[in-house]
Amino acid sequence: MEKTLKRYFPLFVLPTLAAFIIGFILPFGEGLYLSLCRFTTVGNAKFTGFSNFIAAFGDESFAHSFWFTVSFAVVNTVLINVAAFAVALLLTRGIKGTNLFRTVFFMPNLIGGIVLGYIWNILINCLLSIVEQPLLQLNTTAGYWGMIVLTAWQQVGYMMIIYIAGLQNVSPDLIEAAQIDGASSWKTLFSVKIPMVMPSITICLFLTITNSFKLFDQNLALTGGEPNHATEMLALNIYNTFYARSGPQWKGIGQAKAVVFFVVVVIISLIQLGATRSKEVQQ
Amino acid sequence: MAKKKVSPVWTVLLGILAVLYVYPVIMILFNSLKKETAISTSTAFQLPNAASFNGLSNYLDALGAKGFLQSFGYSLFITLSSVALILLCCSMCAWYITRVHSGVSRLMYLLCVFSMVVPFQMVMFTLSQTADQLKLNTPWNICIIYLGFGAGLAVFMFSGFVKGIPLEIEEAAMIDGCNPVQIFFRIVVPILKPTMISVAILQAMWVWNDYLLPTLVLDIKKYRTIPMLIQYFRGSYGRVEMGPMMACIMLTVLPIIVFYLACQKYIIEGVVAGAVKG
Repeated sequence: MEKTLKRYFPLFVLPTLAAFIIGFILPFGEGLYLSLCRFTTVGNAKFTGFSNFIAAFGDESFAHSFWFTVSFAVVNTVLINVAAFAVALLLTRGIKGTNLFRTVFFMPNLIGGIVLGYIWNILINCLLSIVEQPLLQLNTTAGYWGMIVLTAWQQVGYMMIIYIAGLQNVSPDLIEAAQIDGASSWKTLFSVKIPMVMPSITICLFLTITNSFKLFDQNLALTGGEPNHATEMLALNIYNTFYARSGPQWKGIGQAKAVVFFVVVVIISLIQLGATRSKEVQQ
Repeated sequence: MAKKKVSPVWTVLLGILAVLYVYPVIMILFNSLKKETAISTSTAFQLPNAASFNGLSNYLDALGAKGFLQSFGYSLFITLSSVALILLCCSMCAWYITRVHSGVSRLMYLLCVFSMVVPFQMVMFTLSQTADQLKLNTPWNICIIYLGFGAGLAVFMFSGFVKGIPLEIEEAAMIDGCNPVQIFFRIVVPILKPTMISVAILQAMWVWNDYLLPTLVLDIKKYRTIPMLIQYFRGSYGRVEMGPMMACIMLTVLPIIVFYLACQKYIIEGVVAGAVKG
């Protein structure tokens, strides 16, 4: 069959391959090359070596957004996963109204980041004005925690669904055996349930970490990076470098920042997958 | 073994949390019914009263003058065409690269996995320029770009499930005289149906809510998808008209909630299926 199928390559693979080349491979390759150039459009690129990277690392706003993003990602990942796992544990124990709770907690995921960001912008500003604090445009702390609350609100439900599926796959026999052996419920949780749902934990950590690093829409809509770029995360910083700064050098620097961003995301994903994969148990 | 009873305290706590969860949307609903002059930063929590109630006029304004209906149409068309194209092309491609063991297949699979990790900012500038050059910058053909960018996840998920289909079924069909096109549409597609639904849900959630790609590719003066419209509202100079804006948000959120309640089972299965193979 393989031989016959091979002749059908143009029909089966070519459309996807062509779109994939246009939509991903070509822009990616060009992006790598342009990070070493000075340009304002793809047509007028002049090779300048690593000067864009030197300028990117020298840009204070980039360093600031990097550490801001790291701090955000750590707090966000821990918060979302602990909360989602706790809710998933409760919802797999036959609480009344389980289906209703599951429905409600998942809902924000379907609403896009721009709309969510704007909804929370109105809500948080109202809260701040009631307690007589500066509004989001002038309040870095509120911006930071606002983003944490917003993304938690959005993503806890998604991770909860994955944890629930994982917990439902843990064999009841195993839990019963642990209880007969005299394990307390905490002991059962840490020695049986958590090791058995390690694959779910791997994927949820992966998703929350990469989502936090790539966060853009929510950042743009909630704070827009205000005040004075203090709540600007990496993705928004790169976007602003490209489109909000005048001067022919900035597009190249933006592309160099994007390459750095890409490398950081790949390294973090690999480290995280390696670290949690090794803890997964074989059934 | 009798299950240990869960204390009702937890139910109450979860109930409170659930109310807090829906509150932001309820708040927007109330504000969307207020008069323009009654909407201010510090009074967003107040319910509309007789003096501030504005009926549905914000909604009428949003639907007509503010162009919501048009944006809804663009978003709907882009989402449907992109998802249909992704389903058809990526399932064919995934079947081929799983069944034909060659260097090209292997490379294609690895590139798809790789593309899922790459942040959009890495390709956004070059992609928007490429789209302009190839004239892929209208709502009618932006789906080709979405096919290219969505291929990673879709091919990856489809391949995972094709691997689980026994080869014997397809070989039997071949002996009975089917050509690969017939085998694919008559045998593989029906087996892949649950995966198709999962992929469709995940891709639709992404395309419908996507902001940055259409902003960079489409001409904002001519075409606005819903996320672009909402952001455009805020970005425009002068005073933002809050009433119609909130009405737009509600008009965006309501169809999503209706769709979610109707297809909840598939959406949740889709999320779980998407997470199985990280």
